[in-house]
Amino acid sequence: MKSKTIKVDYLARVEGEGALLVKIKGQQVTDVKLKIFEPPRFFEAFLRGRKFHEVPDITARICGICPIAYQMSACHAIEDACGVKITGPIRDLRRLIYCGEWIESHALHVYLLHAPDFLGYEDAIRMAKDHPDEVKRGLRLKKAGNEIVRLLGGREIHPINVRVGGFYKVPDKKEFSALAEELKWARDAALATVRWVATFAFPDFDRDYEFVALRHPDEYPFNEGRLVSNKGLDIAVREYDQNFIEDHVSHSNSLQSRLKERNSYFVGPQARYNLNFDKLSPMAQEAARSAGLGPVCRNPFQSIIVRSVEMVYACDEALRLIEQYQKPDQPAVDVEPRVSTGYGCTEAPRGICYHRYRLDDRGLIVDAKIVPPTSQNLKTIEGDLWQFVQTRLLLPKDKLQWLCEQAVRNYDPCISCATHFLKLHIEPE
Amino acid sequence: MTAGSASIVIIGVGNEYRSDDGAGIAVARRLRALFPSGVTILEESGEGAALIQAWQGAAWVMLVDAVRSGVPPGTIHRLDARAASVPTGFFRYSTHAFSVAEAVELARSLDQLPPHLIVYGIEGENFAAGVGLSPAVEQAVETVVERLAEEVRAAVARHNSLRSQSQ
Repeated sequence: MKSKTIKVDYLARVEGEGALLVKIKGQQVTDVKLKIFEPPRFFEAFLRGRKFHEVPDITARICGICPIAYQMSACHAIEDACGVKITGPIRDLRRLIYCGEWIESHALHVYLLHAPDFLGYEDAIRMAKDHPDEVKRGLRLKKAGNEIVRLLGGREIHPINVRVGGFYKVPDKKEFSALAEELKWARDAALATVRWVATFAFPDFDRDYEFVALRHPDEYPFNEGRLVSNKGLDIAVREYDQNFIEDHVSHSNSLQSRLKERNSYFVGPQARYNLNFDKLSPMAQEAARSAGLGPVCRNPFQSIIVRSVEMVYACDEALRLIEQYQKPDQPAVDVEPRVSTGYGCTEAPRGICYHRYRLDDRGLIVDAKIVPPTSQNLKTIEGDLWQFVQTRLLLPKDKLQWLCEQAVRNYDPCISCATHFLKLHIEPE
Repeated sequence: MTAGSASIVIIGVGNEYRSDDGAGIAVARRLRALFPSGVTILEESGEGAALIQAWQGAAWVMLVDAVRSGVPPGTIHRLDARAASVPTGFFRYSTHAFSVAEAVELARSLDQLPPHLIVYGIEGENFAAGVGLSPAVEQAVETVVERLAEEVRAAVARHNSLRSQSQ
């Protein structure tokens, strides 16, 4: 029987180090493994014994692409433990800084990591030679997102201005004026991005996914909401551990998450979009419709359009938040530690990022759990590849391999975030 | 902004929580003590698009990152990025999909390379999660700090003389 193996030893254009193995025997796919060999993360163990207010800054180091997501989930979880709820302008500024992170992360993925797949280039460097204006637009869009993070976070990489309870310092309204002008350009550029990616050719593909995202009664989700799915999940964030489980699989340093009742699930822009289309701004909804998307999009290859629509939304929402901003009297509210466990889940660019912390009476971390979005998508990515390859067995191997890598990149996997430290267990003294 | 601070930029790249990957960050911090003003010193995670931004508008850029190319740990590489391309794969141990080599080559494609771009690579040994540098890397960091300090002083002198000629 004829067999074929697709093996990619080093997956390019994904964050972190991973490899892909697909085995085909005769007319049957017999194995799919997304391997992760990034050195495992040690953050959960490293956090034990640290003070509660150090957690946002330490967890921000987990990922250079989405530090805000870790800071936000950490702050919300610790505030939950301490019985504090943030409202008003500080809450708005948290949404605003998250807009910045979505813009920069999505611009990077759409333009530099994913678009080359659709246009037939090996990488963005080669693509830039033929499409310099698009690449420059992508870089400037990303920079607009960075500017939001820089203004509110103190700096772009590993922002230092976010704290439990709010911010160390908040800007005056006038500090936003130059940024607002750039964001108007960025919103137009994001609309142009939607039009551009809508012209790409998309492989015909869909599956019966369970999409999971936050849902909030009044807004497209960033920091708050209930965890919902299209298959009936509707739970508070603190019920996460009762509904989701992480398995260790031997081929990966990352844990793979699944729903206890069902199985794999899908998080990220496409899940948010499908569960919250009605909460997008009119401009973002219109951009989606013009690109040919309905309120539900199940083809993961079209995630590049959804990411672009979310960029439109993030620019639009950022401008709205800046417009209505009134500087708060205090940059943060006081948070007093107590013996408790807190839960936080926010929408990172790549999907829900769940944190849980147990605090002792001195405010020291006794136990930490962090579930990044990518480890939640790993089973879904492998599931896609089983079905995708099975229906395309007659393609030449190089073409099939190209499409498999493209299929992995549909999820913008951040493998460096997804890896956890599995072996080390340090008990607090 | 003075010509000095805008025009000479040192970028330390890496992640201090990944052992020897923190070499570039260590160099940047030590140079900051030597050059408290007159030179812009940045710490970057190595995400490529951010690097292109970081050197935008600068005349002299010196970038330091940890590398893993298979030679003994502590080996110092020096590349003139204007003169030769940076091998992709050289900085492969970066956790970023689009990192130093890609940033340099993309900037070259878009004609956005700074007039002078020197890249120092310090061969690392241990990139596991954790803090602290291996002894050989620690020693290389010291050497690179000395060599970069000399390069910066020379660049400042050349830059100032070019400025005075043009005035």
